Amino acid sequence: MNSVLNKEEIFKILSEIPDPEIPVINIGELGILRDVKLEDDLCTVVITPTYTGCPAMKVIEDDIKIKLKERGIEKVKVELVYSPAWTTDWINDVAKEKLRVYGIAPPDHSSVDKKVLLGKARELKCPLCGSKNTEMISQFGSTACKALYRCKYCKEPFDYFKCL
Amino acid sequence: MNLQQSKFEYLLRLGDSSLIIGHRLSEWCGHGPILEEDIALINIALDFVGNATELLTYAGQVEGKGRDADDLAYMRDEREYRNLLITEQPNGDYAATIARQFLFDTYMFFLYEELKLSKDETIAAIAVKTHKEITYHLRHTTEWMYRLGDGPAESHQRLQNGINDLWMFTSEMFDMDEVDALLIKEGIAPDFNNVKAEWEKRVKEVLVEATIEIPTTTFKQRGSKEGKHSEHLGFLLAEMQYVHRAHPDAKW
Repeated sequence: MNSVLNKEEIFKILSEIPDPEIPVINIGELGILRDVKLEDDLCTVVITPTYTGCPAMKVIEDDIKIKLKERGIEKVKVELVYSPAWTTDWINDVAKEKLRVYGIAPPDHSSVDKKVLLGKARELKCPLCGSKNTEMISQFGSTACKALYRCKYCKEPFDYFKCL
Repeated sequence: MNLQQSKFEYLLRLGDSSLIIGHRLSEWCGHGPILEEDIALINIALDFVGNATELLTYAGQVEGKGRDADDLAYMRDEREYRNLLITEQPNGDYAATIARQFLFDTYMFFLYEELKLSKDETIAAIAVKTHKEITYHLRHTTEWMYRLGDGPAESHQRLQNGINDLWMFTSEMFDMDEVDALLIKEGIAPDFNNVKAEWEKRVKEVLVEATIEIPTTTFKQRGSKEGKHSEHLGFLLAEMQYVHRAHPDAKW
């Protein structure tokens, strides 16, 4: 019944689903969407969670089903995989720039290792004015994937998409 | 116990500890000392509950009786729970919560570092993912250890009290029984002696820097591996399980 759409086309359509919490980037750019498998009339969509307890995963699953239903694909299975573990390194430079314009400082290259135990907060550029005169307010922000910072130059608070 | 039963048991130990400590932390929602800490603790609680969901889902698959994560979380009584005693201890004041989180987060950090090497692919995959998150948790609690311990007299004393009160629950974290022995032999679980050595070294370093005295008590509380808990777990489960048990087939 999927004679109209092939695997690559479905992948592309699903890629464009916006992230429920950061709608300027989509699940393709985030690397949440891993694979699409077609077998007879069953369409299996493989996704990986960003954070294990991220409540957006359920919304993403529902969005995938709705999107496929619009295209006449009714029999859908959404499969969750944990390996390879999601990392912010999968977000490409174009998507990072979209984050910055949206007001979220994009993640550095991940360097989460033992050093972070004693590490100091990273030096970050304010996404609004570009100043490096910023400080961390809290390691944990409005969603699981963000930390809260403040710019001491333009006085604005901002989110940092933390490395994972 | 055969390998399948041992694996199920081991997954309950891991999953239940994450679930119960996650639930405890969630009790801080709306009660944090400052807004940022309220948000931080609830973020961390969410990670723990997420981790528990993965582990209990897998436990249900290993058991093969059709139970899912919700069945295991909401339909077992306290004697069937395998969470460590430290995870069910009440929040107390903020220093007591930080003390509990620090002792447990440090344990989890080194345990999951070893679990990343598990020959069970699902456990290894969950461990890789969880270890990234626990690193953030540990950094948070370690910073608060320094801040409270090396702070004013009152915060120092409260943190010292928290560490003193919880110390007797730490030794059972490294207990090993036939379940561990079999899984160590199969390369699925680590030897807790390695975890213990790393835990002791790190905890000592932080306590010294936080100017907190290392407790000298030799009194130990144990029993979680046989489902023997402190009275606090029953009250926690009553609250956590109430809605699910009152409306067992509810869907939304």
